[in-house]
This record gives sequence, structure tokens and C-alpha cells, in this order.
Amino acid sequence: MHRRSETLHGARGAARRLLALLAAALLPALVAAAPPGGEVVRLATTTSTENSGLLRAILPAFQGLTGYRVDVVAVGTGKALRMGRDGDVDVVLVHAPPAEARFVEAGYGVNRRAVMYNDFVLVGPARDPARVRGLMDAAEALRRIAAAGAPFLSRGDDSGTHKKERALWRAAAVAPQGRWYRETGQGMGRTLQMASELGAYTLVDRGTWLSQRARLALEVLVEGDARLRNPYSVIAVNPARWRDVNYLGAMALIAWLTSPEGQARIGAYRIGGEVLFHPVAVPPKE
Amino acid sequence: MEETSLAQASLEALRMLVTGDPGLWEIIGVSFSVSLRAIAVAAPPAVLLAFLLAYARFPGRRLLITLFNTMLALPAVVVGLTLYLLLSRAGPLGEWRLLFTQTAMVIGQVVLAFPIVVAMGHAAIQAADRRAWETALTLGAPPWRAMLTVLGEVRFALVAAVVAAFGRIIAEVGSSIMVGGNILHYTRNIPTAIALETSKGAFAEGIALGLVLMVLALSLNLAVTRLQGHGELGA
Repeated sequence: MHRRSETLHGARGAARRLLALLAAALLPALVAAAPPGGEVVRLATTTSTENSGLLRAILPAFQGLTGYRVDVVAVGTGKALRMGRDGDVDVVLVHAPPAEARFVEAGYGVNRRAVMYNDFVLVGPARDPARVRGLMDAAEALRRIAAAGAPFLSRGDDSGTHKKERALWRAAAVAPQGRWYRETGQGMGRTLQMASELGAYTLVDRGTWLSQRARLALEVLVEGDARLRNPYSVIAVNPARWRDVNYLGAMALIAWLTSPEGQARIGAYRIGGEVLFHPVAVPPKE
Repeated sequence: MEETSLAQASLEALRMLVTGDPGLWEIIGVSFSVSLRAIAVAAPPAVLLAFLLAYARFPGRRLLITLFNTMLALPAVVVGLTLYLLLSRAGPLGEWRLLFTQTAMVIGQVVLAFPIVVAMGHAAIQAADRRAWETALTLGAPPWRAMLTVLGEVRFALVAAVVAAFGRIIAEVGSSIMVGGNILHYTRNIPTAIALETSKGAFAEGIALGLVLMVLALSLNLAVTRLQGHGELGA
């Protein structure tokens, strides 16, 4: 009995220590970080604007001016529009004009404004097995790649880049299928890396290309076709559909992005001396 | 083309850690804040449930045990997807406006941690000497005191269960990236940052963050070992 009560005593001490341990674990939970200050605007956008570093370069100025904190969720255009439709974000910044038009027509978004454009380039291995280097006609380049059966990587994720790629295949009158045509189902950066490893062709926006080309064994082979232009628009989620979206915050962001200051900051963003995005909302001074 | 050999990327990673890159440490902070909150929310009720499963007799008990053992294998992406559909404004809990917040990440990690603590805790409590429970009751302790006595008997196994659960949730990416959205300065934690950096081909940053996770795992295990050693000496 004596030995047992000693055990019990020890166990009680241990229980106290266990409680102390629990309290120590709970303490940080109680004082844990609330979201940093300021009202939040939630922006769904494409990986191209986030991964190229553009938003990180320009958004602090907007936050400083208005006090709004912008939470950026970077996904493909398809998913960004879906998030807007579901009211999970307040505003979207995307690059797929036909899908954007449908989005607005269906009443999911309002106040669509053109913000900027960049362009797509077709990149591939230096040895260029399909002989497309220097072509000005992107559709012709795709026809040659298909005819040569040279490996081509598609994002396959319903992103703006993927939508543009499918439009180009339609323009080339080629149904891309076969062992040479592979869908990665991943973002632009990872698809570029895979293309580099596999010696494959792929379509990429210039922003992502410039920010990552140093790590890639790929070259720009086709550029300059008017069909490769890549316009970005910003759209507020319809406040009539989701009453508690931050409509004022969304409109403040849209106003700032399309203001002379926002436009100047977009035009001033460069990587290695090259302009990534060309502002279009405010016509330049004559 | 830049060389991205493993050795070079690792060296660069070490340099970033040692020079105290503020962005890196902010991400580490988010990871700890979210996972500590999740474990603090999950562990107490999980331990209580583990105790009830071991000491109480009620219908459906065996089924519950099987259920929690099965939930050990729950993939984080499935938790993330389910939670996303629940928390989306278009979903049933959309009114709560929790999607893309740290709170949503905490909820996902609670779901992942809970069954680990229950299953491991239950195994430990069941293996404990039943006489501690009986003795405590005999000495006139109310049931909750007797329960604390039993839990005290198996404290090291319980701590191990909590540490295992913590190790799992601080390293999971599937749920965090889906319901957190990987938002810079807010919901970007170590695993989602590794996913992002890798997608950009920035392997050094990915490795630096991976090193943090591994150092963390090592420190946790050292701490547990030390705690256990201390307990044996004091008994």
C-alpha cells in the first residue's frame, strides 16, 4: 500500500506537470497572430503576375495609400474566375478575354477594366527539332511541331496560358494528341522546368519566362505574332450576388491599378532591363 | 543556364538561414503559429476521447476506434478539398468567411492531428496499469482526478503522440495550400512556400525551408528524449 500511494503521489505530480505542459502549449494559441492590420481585399490572380514579382513590387504603394491589405491568391485564370463566381475573393486580375466576357455577362463580375498586356512566346530546346526558330506565325510553328511529332508540353490546367494555347491549336487546325503532346497539369514555372528537362516546346508568358530563363535550357523561338498578345483585365466580383464581398476595396484596387500612378508602376517594373507588362488603361501623354 | 546542383543549392540555403533572411523567418513564424494553435485545439479533446475509448464502455466504441485508426491515413489533400468546399462562399459554411485565412489552415490541421492523438493516445492509455485508476478511486479521488492520475502514468506516450501529430501537421502541404491560398505575409507557411519555390525552380529557398523542418523535427525529438530521461530519474 505504501509503495502504491507513493506511485500515486508521483502520478499526481506528473499530472500537474502534464497540465502545466498543456497550458504552456495553449498560451501561444491564445496570443497567436490575428491577421495583420487593415481591411483586406482578396485578389485572385494568375501565377504570371505573382511569380514574376510584379504584384510584390507594386502593391505596397497601394497599401500605403489606402490602408487596404491585399491578400493575393495566385492560381490559374480558370480557378481565379471560379473563385470570383463563388464569392471567395473580392476582385480578380486575369488574362483570358473570352472567359472574362462570359464571366461578366453571367453577372458574376462587374466593372471589368483593361489593365495591361504582355505577350506569349514559344520556347523550346536550342536544337529546335521542328525547325520553328524565327517564324512570325505562331500557328504555323505549332503545325510544324505537330508534323515533326516533337514533344510539346501543355499546362492542361485551364489557365489563361492554356486557353491561349488551345486557341492557337484551333488556328493551326491541328487537334493536338499523341505521345508528343503532354499535359503537365501544373503551373507555368513547373511546366517550364519540365520542358527544360525533357527538351520540349511550350508556350509561356513573357513575364514568367524573363523571371526564370536563367535556370532553363530553353530559348525563345517564336515571338511577335499579334495572336500572341496577352491582355490582362481586372474585374470586381458582383456585390449584388455576394452582399458581403469587399466591393469598395475591390473598386479602390481597380481605380488604383488603372490610375496614372498604378499604370506608371506597372510600366516601370523590369527584370534584367526588360519591361514585363505594358500598361494600357491610361493613354500615354502625346 | 545556372547550375542547380544539390550541393550548391544546399550551401545557398544555409547562407540564407544564417543571414536571417526576414522573409524566410516570417514564413517559419506562420508555420509555427498555425500548427501550435492546431495542436493546442486538437490535443486536449483528443486525449479526453482517447481516455474514454480506453476506460468507458459504450455502444459504438469499437467502431469509433476503427474509425480513428482509419483516419490516420486521411490524405491532407482530401481534408483540404472537403474543407474548401465547406468553407467556400458557395458552400454550406460560406457565411463564416474563413476561406484563405489562417483559421482555415488551423481547422484543416486540427482534423489531421486529432485522429493521431486519439489513436496513439488510446493505445498508450489502454496499455497503462489499470491499478492506478482503481487505487485513485479507492482513495476517494473523483473520476476526473483518477483520470489525471492515469494520464500522468502514460504522460510520455501522450507527449510522444502530440509530438507525432505536430510533426505531421507542420509538414503537410495539401490542406494548407488549398484552404490557406499560400498568401504572402499571411497564410504562406513552410510547406506551401517549398511548393511555390520549387514551382519557380528556386531550389535553394526550398531546401533552406526544408532544412528548417528537419532541424525542427530533430529538436522536437531531442526534447522528448530529454523529457523522458528526466521523468525516469525523478520517479
